[in-house]
Amino acid sequence: MTMAELSSNLLYVAFVAYLIATFVFGGAVRGNKEGSFKSEGRWGKVAFVITLIGFFSHLGYFITRWSATGHAPLSNMFEFTTAFGMTLVGGFIILYLLYKTPVLGMIVLPVALLIIAFASMFPSEVSPLIPALQTNWLAIHVSTVVIAEGILAISAGAGLVYLLKVVDMNKKSKQRFWLEAIMYSLVVVMGFVIASSYFSLTGYQADFTYVNKDGNESSITYNMPPLVGMNEYTSLTEGAMEPFFETPAIINASKITTVLWSFFVGTILYWLIRLVARRRIAAIFKPFVKNVSLQLMDEINYRAVIIGFPLFTLGALIFAMIWAQIAWSRFWGWDPKEVWALITWLFYAAYLHLRLGKGWHGEKSAWLGVVGFAIIMFNLVAVNLIIAGLHSYA
Amino acid sequence: MEKMQCKCGHVNPPGTILCESCGRSLTEEEQNKKLADMRYEGTARRSQTYNKSIIDKIWNFFSSVKVGVSIIVLLLIAAAIGTILPQAQYVNVPVRNDATIKAYYADVYGEIGKIYHFLGFHDLYSSAWFIILVGMLAISLIVASLDRFVPLYRSLKNQRVLRHPSFMNKQRIYAEGPAPEDSMQKAEEKLKALKYKVTLDKNGLLAEKGRFSRWGPYVNHIGLIIFLFGVMLRMMPGFYVDETLWIREGETRAIPDAPGYFLENKNFTMETYTGEGEDAKFEEAIDRVGSVAKNYQTDIVLYQTPEESLPGATDEIEEVKEHAIRVNQPLKFDGYAVYQMDFRQNELRAMTFDLTNKETEESLGSLTIDLVNPEKSYDLGNDTRVDLLGYYPDFSGFENGEPQTETPIPNNPGFLVRMFTPETPDGEVSFIVIQNTIEPLGENQYKLTFQNAETRDVSGLTIRKDSTLPILGLGGLIFMIGVAQGMYFNHRRFWIQRQEDGGLVLAGHTNKNWYGLKKDLDQVSEFASLPPYIDQQEEIEKQEKLKKEQKLEGDELS
Ligand code: HEM
Repeated sequence: MTMAELSSNLLYVAFVAYLIATFVFGGAVRGNKEGSFKSEGRWGKVAFVITLIGFFSHLGYFITRWSATGHAPLSNMFEFTTAFGMTLVGGFIILYLLYKTPVLGMIVLPVALLIIAFASMFPSEVSPLIPALQTNWLAIHVSTVVIAEGILAISAGAGLVYLLKVVDMNKKSKQRFWLEAIMYSLVVVMGFVIASSYFSLTGYQADFTYVNKDGNESSITYNMPPLVGMNEYTSLTEGAMEPFFETPAIINASKITTVLWSFFVGTILYWLIRLVARRRIAAIFKPFVKNVSLQLMDEINYRAVIIGFPLFTLGALIFAMIWAQIAWSRFWGWDPKEVWALITWLFYAAYLHLRLGKGWHGEKSAWLGVVGFAIIMFNLVAVNLIIAGLHSYA
Repeated sequence: MEKMQCKCGHVNPPGTILCESCGRSLTEEEQNKKLADMRYEGTARRSQTYNKSIIDKIWNFFSSVKVGVSIIVLLLIAAAIGTILPQAQYVNVPVRNDATIKAYYADVYGEIGKIYHFLGFHDLYSSAWFIILVGMLAISLIVASLDRFVPLYRSLKNQRVLRHPSFMNKQRIYAEGPAPEDSMQKAEEKLKALKYKVTLDKNGLLAEKGRFSRWGPYVNHIGLIIFLFGVMLRMMPGFYVDETLWIREGETRAIPDAPGYFLENKNFTMETYTGEGEDAKFEEAIDRVGSVAKNYQTDIVLYQTPEESLPGATDEIEEVKEHAIRVNQPLKFDGYAVYQMDFRQNELRAMTFDLTNKETEESLGSLTIDLVNPEKSYDLGNDTRVDLLGYYPDFSGFENGEPQTETPIPNNPGFLVRMFTPETPDGEVSFIVIQNTIEPLGENQYKLTFQNAETRDVSGLTIRKDSTLPILGLGGLIFMIGVAQGMYFNHRRFWIQRQEDGGLVLAGHTNKNWYGLKKDLDQVSEFASLPPYIDQQEEIEKQEKLKKEQKLEGDELS
């Protein structure tokens, strides 16, 4: 087995371990009927050990890949996102050690699973570093950021548990709508994973030529049946489906197609789940969060921000500025990725002030935690893939 | 407003909520509260006290957390808007000016691009309103910090050990009841063991720990202000140098804005990953994305003129050092840094021609024209010579019969020459550009035939000097220290008093982390047999919850 193969096998082991741990955590929480927390503690411990096995395997993936590529595996979409999954679990481990909360594992691990699955939809071959990335600052800056983001995401996990408990799913309300929207968006990510896996396993490909925004002829390969066509496209693949409509030259219709397929599959999946369970997804979790201590979830929500915010400042702003000064001669250039790091930072600054100064505890704080995670994910997904810039990975 | 005299006799500044000396509630509102407002020790804050003059109003505006958060959120939204379309600085247009950039947004992004440009969002981060917003953030930081820091500092500096019972029983952590004779001493002993600073006064005790963490927010705000000040300073001339230097292989040039320094470009290299040998592991990725750059490098020699020499004299420059400038490895000297930023490969350097007879194709000799420093005349011997009447390095066409050059860079050199040979002693005029010859004064006997060209690479270097970096670094460092100070430490206090009836009264307060405070108190209580304490906040919450539930049940019954 080569180093690279070993690395991907370890990632596989981690994935399976997290999957098992999710169910054991769920069982631990569900088994706690009378709220005695005894069986919850016991099974929680089992699940935690499984999580630890997964985490160390994940760490093993990281180290072996580092040795295989010769550089910190944080340099493309696959590597960064996989590492984010790892730090998310790492953040959970820290807070579990502090507070012993199986219910948090039940929520955080599936999200980590989704993130790893999402990551593996991107090209995972070993890629060379362009000159700007050939420095130790790559490892220093990006690893600090990814650790900080993993911990900040725990704040959202605790917030989500809080909301699942307090939001009344039987009465129509804004809260109910948005909480369900969060669940729906997680299912859409699953839709993306399913659609990508299906079309890549069946080897779907459709080639087109089109006119790009500078007026030149270019070519593109779709990996999913083209719902939307590029600007003035011509199909080169026989029997490929005809796109429903054509987009202006600045829009990458292939990416739009992927998004549409994800929503399409995700929506079907969402309604399937709802039909089978005969209730909203958020309501499915109600029995699991019955015995949760709201105060504790609020505390974890805040504690995660207190640990994550200074780390994020250090990694995403200070280290980033030092590196930018060395590589690009200016510490700040208003590149979209930089700007979104600033936005994330400002957001958590607002969170802290609202909490300390305006007494936004409990539910309000929980919502803010979730919004923070949404901003982090936006920076990871949308800014990397859609808003191109110096940092653009794909 | 008047000074406020407390029942205990202490005269407090106007606006005080809790007496600085004994801790009694001074306002009616405060008296009716179940728990004392300890946020700023109940001190008088300017913003809560005065609201008459315009200055008061401005001060109050900027000191409000609501306003501060609103500014933060506005900045956040503005920053996000700036990422919807690329900023003008990242837009690629052949010729850069306001009109072409405006046209670019309209052409590429259509109606949305037009509106975006019209609203000035294409240059959002240097727009006046964005900078004003950042300025307001700075003002708010300063005002809000001063408003709180000054009174807080005063009151934490002069703390009394003995507090009025109404202060004690309005603390969140409270206990009263009988306790053994020696419990005060034992409590003192244990608190000291837990690293509390203990002060005694008559029948009372004050134990305190981690007061410095109260200054955390102010320290981090100072860090931010220093950082913003540094950013502002960059706009002043002299603090900041940003120059570009295009330098060809073999050239030695003065470094712009770095008087006395010269740079020689020895060689420029650009490498790409081959996918073979050491790079074999990257083969798959290279196959997918095409070629990937591996290195951009300019080998340079840095020179300096000796101190006593005349300004501008280049003949006696002395070598300072050799360096390979690469991305991430700038050349550093005397506060300056020189970066590898850009390059052009294969720029024409010299062209060689043969002077040939058109009919016989016989050559009378060859001449090489240096495209940077062409000579006026090239003598080929035997009464044969070529005069260069005009040189147009980047020929772009004729205007009124005159050849024009677009730039001074030899991208498309044009030459107006007069050729003298023994056969044509008066000379024949010819205009030559690549692949084309024009004979403006009629048919010639001779022509210049292109033989070969010499090329070289050009490095695009950026020269930076940024004297504000130490200030920015200091600001960042102070910010981090302040954040850690305020977040990872907390200020804990206990007041204990022996009462006349022999019982004890205890109150506890922390600015953060009540869990940690209770853990300390549990240890002290056990060791010194203190009366059991209650968390009054939790009691209040429990009661409210109970009330709610009872109300619900009542609703159901009726
Ligand atoms: C981006 C800008 C800002 C950052 C990064 C920042 C950061 C912080 C941090 C980290 C804390 C401590 C929070 C905690 O310990 O939980 C804090 C506290 C505070 N900040 Fe800011 N701040 C910013 C802007 C402002 C502004 C504009 C105001 C103006 C109202 C303000 C007013 C305060 C106040 C009143 C406190 C609490 C002090 C206390 O209660 O002891 N901050 N700030």
